[in-house]
Amino acid sequence: MTAYEPVIGLEVHVELKTATKIFCSCSTDFGAPPNTQVCPICLGMPGVLPVLNRRVVEYALRAALALGCEVEPASQFARKNYFYPDLPKGYQITQYERSYAYRGHLDIEADGTSRRVGITRINIEEEAAKSFHGTRGPGGAGESYAPPRPSPDSPESAAGGGDEGEGYSLVDFNRGGVPLIEIVSEPDLRSPEEARAYLIKLRNLLLYTGISDCKMQEGSLRCDANVSLRPVGQEQLGNLVELKNMNSFRSVVRGLEYEIKRQTAVLEGGGRVARETRGWDEGRGATFSMRSKEQSDDYRYFPEPDLVLLRVDQAWLDRVGAEMPALPEARLRRMTQEQGLSEYMAGVIGADPLMAAFFDECVKLQGAGAGAGGGEGAAGVGGAITPAALANWITGDLARLANAEGVEFDALPVGPEHLVDLLRLVDAGRISGKMAKNLLEECWRAGQAGEAGQAGQAGQVGKAEQSGKDRPVAPLPSAIARGKGLEQVSDEGEVARIVASVLSGNGEAVASYHAGKDKALGFLVGQVMKASRGRANPALVNRLVREALGARS
Amino acid sequence: MPAVSAAQVRHVAALARLSWDERSAPKLVGELNEILAYISKLSELDTADVPPTSHALDLRDNVLREDEPRKGLAQAEALADAPDSEAGMFRVPRVVGGQ
Ligand SMILES: [Zn+2]
Repeated sequence: MTAYEPVIGLEVHVELKTATKIFCSCSTDFGAPPNTQVCPICLGMPGVLPVLNRRVVEYALRAALALGCEVEPASQFARKNYFYPDLPKGYQITQYERSYAYRGHLDIEADGTSRRVGITRINIEEEAAKSFHGTRGPGGAGESYAPPRPSPDSPESAAGGGDEGEGYSLVDFNRGGVPLIEIVSEPDLRSPEEARAYLIKLRNLLLYTGISDCKMQEGSLRCDANVSLRPVGQEQLGNLVELKNMNSFRSVVRGLEYEIKRQTAVLEGGGRVARETRGWDEGRGATFSMRSKEQSDDYRYFPEPDLVLLRVDQAWLDRVGAEMPALPEARLRRMTQEQGLSEYMAGVIGADPLMAAFFDECVKLQGAGAGAGGGEGAAGVGGAITPAALANWITGDLARLANAEGVEFDALPVGPEHLVDLLRLVDAGRISGKMAKNLLEECWRAGQAGEAGQAGQAGQVGKAEQSGKDRPVAPLPSAIARGKGLEQVSDEGEVARIVASVLSGNGEAVASYHAGKDKALGFLVGQVMKASRGRANPALVNRLVREALGARS
Repeated sequence: MPAVSAAQVRHVAALARLSWDERSAPKLVGELNEILAYISKLSELDTADVPPTSHALDLRDNVLREDEPRKGLAQAEALADAPDSEAGMFRVPRVVGGQ
């Protein structure tokens, strides 16, 4: 029997998180009432002109740089014509003959080996609107709207075989005109697992560039796949099936596995695989035919006359590159080689771009503090807070709290300034490690309470969105410690007084120590700590108790 | 010399969602071929030294907008010209592909 080899290429659509749409100044914020973030341009009114958003270009360039693409000095927008209610102009503005970026690559690790996957090209384009489908039933209109197409930019599903039967659709244009990039890979992937590895790597890379939230479930990252089979050893590709509607990494794997099995069965049965577009039905765990390839694929593309060429010179590209956050590989190297993190810790932080951003911010804050004069005084006592110590807290206590509460590192109730402040208290010997853990939790709760309070008085929504993350509102750990009298007592006189009073109240233990029982020393130290409510500096207590007892060394 | 067939007229009409009278096919084929013949006069020009042109305006600079939100239309304004609306949305004939 012939063995077949799957050949897979992916088309990934990524929503860019700009403040405004691609061709008009309407806000892209989520959650607004329907059709309140619209204007004559994104509603496709006659006589209006689109104007390209500068940030869209810069974000698209970041993606091109991250994927090692060659950026074209001039690229062009095109009209892709098709009819669907979520596309008010009757065409989508995209790129076709002259994309802005070509010939990139992404290295993936699968089955223990590293492989290079080619990126054919990247296009800049606009998002379609959202439509909801309802039917007139006894419950009246609008009872049950279900999003019909989780991939709203998949016009193919509309081109042929449309069913204009009963019922109607409702259209909200708030998302219409949100910027997208479309990343097209070479057919270099050979298994569903490789496709998954590619997607995850791509997602993490794009998260690093800060251009998108890349959330598959919410549709800000979407994936279509081209999959065909060919006999092992054969160069020529088999008939290609385009697979759509996969809304999670898992459904991409499942959809591809199903499709490979289906096509294998067709070929082994002596049949021919039909060139067609198929949808993945998550519920049934199967793909279904949406339309045949012959039927359409005729979008009558032509250059968009309302937009001039997009020109990108080397200076602009260099500027975008300089402003871009560090990419994973470079970052991992820096963490292990320059910042002294273990491979493990660097791996944990490197795998989560949001955690990595938090870590970077902490290191930056710590550096600024040391430069301001803190460094000298601390010499000999323990030195500055190392990146490794910060990483330890981030991957340890903070990650534990974040996991327990299900929050991402860009939305923690405490910020980098809190962690750095906390570690400075420990470093200066003002609180113990144990107290620091409690203090961090206390700070976390205070931050949560503060957030709840702020949410009540919304206001300035657009501004908060634009500035990226909301600033945590928790008081600094040092302020909490001061307010509660939590700081460690390192004053020798004060600790000596406590020691004296504890020794005089525990004559028996003192006697048994002098009788040779070393254990009694630990007991007395414990009593002093207890009397100070845990605040006394343990090293100081130890020394003073020993001195008071005239201790054996 | 390009030539349009009746089948192509049918195909383009279907893509453009145009309803038309099949009996007018011969007339449309004739007219479209005349237009194409007229346009193809351009190919008589020697354009060997002319770079491909995509736009009537040969702008060297980009035309870009800053990423700053501005208030657009209110919901009522957006829906004012809609033939039908419901729940703040445009109401249109149901079109679902492939399901
Ligand atoms: Zn708009």
